[in-house]
Amino acid sequence: MITLTHYLVLSGILFSIGIVGVLRRKNLLMLFFSTEILLNAVNIGFAAVSKYYGDLSGQIFSFFIIAIAASEVAVGLGLLVLWYKRSGTIDLDSLQMMKG
Amino acid sequence: MEKYLYVALFAPLVGSLFSLLFTAQKKNVITALVTSGLLLLSFVSSLSLMYAVHSDMIIHVKMMDWISAGNLNLPFGFVVDNVSVVMMVTVTLVSSIVNIYSMGYMMHDKGYNRFFTYISAFVFSMLILVMSDNFIGLFIGWEGVGLCSYLLIGFWYEKDTASWAGNEAFIMNRVADLGMLMGLFLIYWQFGSFEYDVVFAHIGGINPAVVTTIGLLLFIGAMGKSAQFPFHTWLADAMEGPTPVSALIHAATMVTAGVYLIIRASALFSLVPEVGHVIATLGAFVAVFAASMALVNRDLKRIIAYSTLSQLGYMFVAAGLGAYWIALFHLMTHAFFKSLLFLGAGNIMHAMDDELDIKKMGGLFNAMPYTAILMAVASVALCGIYPFAGYFSKDMILAAAFNGGNYYIWAALFIGAGMTAFYSFRLIMMVFFGDKVYKKLGFHPHETYPFVLWTLLPLGILSTIAGFFEHPFEEFTTRLLSKYDFSFSHTTEIGLIFLTLTFVILVVLATIYKYGRGGFSKQIETMPLYILLKNQYFIPKIYETMIFRPYYVLSRFAWKQIDVRIIDFTVDLIAKILYLLGQRSRKMQSGNLSDMLRWMVVGIVVLLALAIFYRPGM
Repeated sequence: MITLTHYLVLSGILFSIGIVGVLRRKNLLMLFFSTEILLNAVNIGFAAVSKYYGDLSGQIFSFFIIAIAASEVAVGLGLLVLWYKRSGTIDLDSLQMMKG
Repeated sequence: MEKYLYVALFAPLVGSLFSLLFTAQKKNVITALVTSGLLLLSFVSSLSLMYAVHSDMIIHVKMMDWISAGNLNLPFGFVVDNVSVVMMVTVTLVSSIVNIYSMGYMMHDKGYNRFFTYISAFVFSMLILVMSDNFIGLFIGWEGVGLCSYLLIGFWYEKDTASWAGNEAFIMNRVADLGMLMGLFLIYWQFGSFEYDVVFAHIGGINPAVVTTIGLLLFIGAMGKSAQFPFHTWLADAMEGPTPVSALIHAATMVTAGVYLIIRASALFSLVPEVGHVIATLGAFVAVFAASMALVNRDLKRIIAYSTLSQLGYMFVAAGLGAYWIALFHLMTHAFFKSLLFLGAGNIMHAMDDELDIKKMGGLFNAMPYTAILMAVASVALCGIYPFAGYFSKDMILAAAFNGGNYYIWAALFIGAGMTAFYSFRLIMMVFFGDKVYKKLGFHPHETYPFVLWTLLPLGILSTIAGFFEHPFEEFTTRLLSKYDFSFSHTTEIGLIFLTLTFVILVVLATIYKYGRGGFSKQIETMPLYILLKNQYFIPKIYETMIFRPYYVLSRFAWKQIDVRIIDFTVDLIAKILYLLGQRSRKMQSGNLSDMLRWMVVGIVVLLALAIFYRPGM
């Protein structure tokens, strides 16, 4: 029997993986992957809790998140391509133009 | 009648504010003319108020509610009665004359406009002081005149001695005012009100010990303002100010505020004769003490200043012995002849290019005969020779001392009268007669402007005839103040008058004779007594070593050790810690995205921890 706890634990594990990815990875593409993992971890949590309480607003919220994640990736990837054309690298440490 | 009261009170304020507009500008005669006109207006209003009061009318107005907080209710009220109206007339008369006189005296001074601003502000404060119907109004006026006195003593602030003297006067008065303030608190504590009417109506039901304390504390305030021992040093140093200021503030009006306070609170002081006795004894002491310092001084203005101190002592004797109307009478006559004496001294300074040493003068009579005559009149009045003003008032103080059975006070005053006669005529002889020393020193003295001399004439006339108003004055003031009855016989009275008068005249004649023949020899200056008097009993020295120096050391300690090491250190420490924190946390802003993400995660963790563990209201 798969209970709410299993879903939430899965969500937590995925979130942790995402966080570690955000912190450790220096490749911008990998950073986007990690962000997707983070967002989807939250989605799982929302959907699970929504089902548990029989309240649809959680699932509706996850749809919103999916939509936002999609547009975010679209804009982000566009910028990334532009950055790659300009600097020839997608390393995070090269993004230091704002350093004071 | 109310409108006369408001005109009398506020005309000087208007004058002061008007000339304030011109202080930053060059000399402008309009300030002097406007302030003089408004002061004269104030004088005329005071005269009509006096007439009204004379026909048994007491004007008591409540201008507005001033402070209403909790149980404290202070209306801003003024009262014109038999005592305050005498003060008002005296103050406005002398100040009008001094103001007009100053148009000549300050003619070439660059602070011309500023001077008239201060003088009118002073008159306004003084009128607040005398007209107020409660102790707080009196105290405000009291501080106001103190402030104006400070400003005017230090009028030539670029001179170190002048600003020092101004500070000295201000600080000494603050010390004494602490006593006064404590007296006022005690009054409020006991009566729940500051109004004279309320306080004096309930004074009988108060514990006599408390009344004694209040009396003593108020008297400490009076001592400061009237420069009685041990607060006397500031008055002589206050002579650094312009001479008209010395005439107005440090002779005729402000310094008599202490005496006025005693007279105003006579209902309180007459309940505690012991305090009155202390006042009278101190007054008698100062009368002799100050006169003795005037004997040997060579500074023209300081001699007159010590004489003022001594005469204030006489007034305190009268006030302390319960002869309030006599004190007020002497206050008034003294205002006339002492301001005349000072203004005459101003003429001499003017003629001698601000030289003050009387040893460098001599024989000035030919150069300035009118000043000489006016000053001689003032001196005769000061000595108390019939029929001049001082004779009547001073003689009555002596009689009051004799009457109370205080023979030692009487003896002190008697000796003081002799000293007064000596130093007054020493001054007259050394300045106006004898060898013309000034010629050798290259001075070219000349008589001052005629309009200045004309303004002195009213003072000269009043110094001569004011004494004859003794009985109307007594009748007028004793409607409010308690009467004072002499219990000794007519023969004793005549005998006393004869004794005093003969003594004074003999001293005067001896002085004239001695100084007419060249004065005392140089040898006298080596006598210990002379040196003691010359150095003012070493009191300024004692104050310096006993008070100023230790206080300086203490202040220095507080500055170097407490302020710098503790307070400044603490403040600096806080600043340093914040700076260090900033220095350290700067590294957060490396500009690297993954660093920022890391800090973001730290922030989320902290917030999460807070959300989980910190639950207010649980």
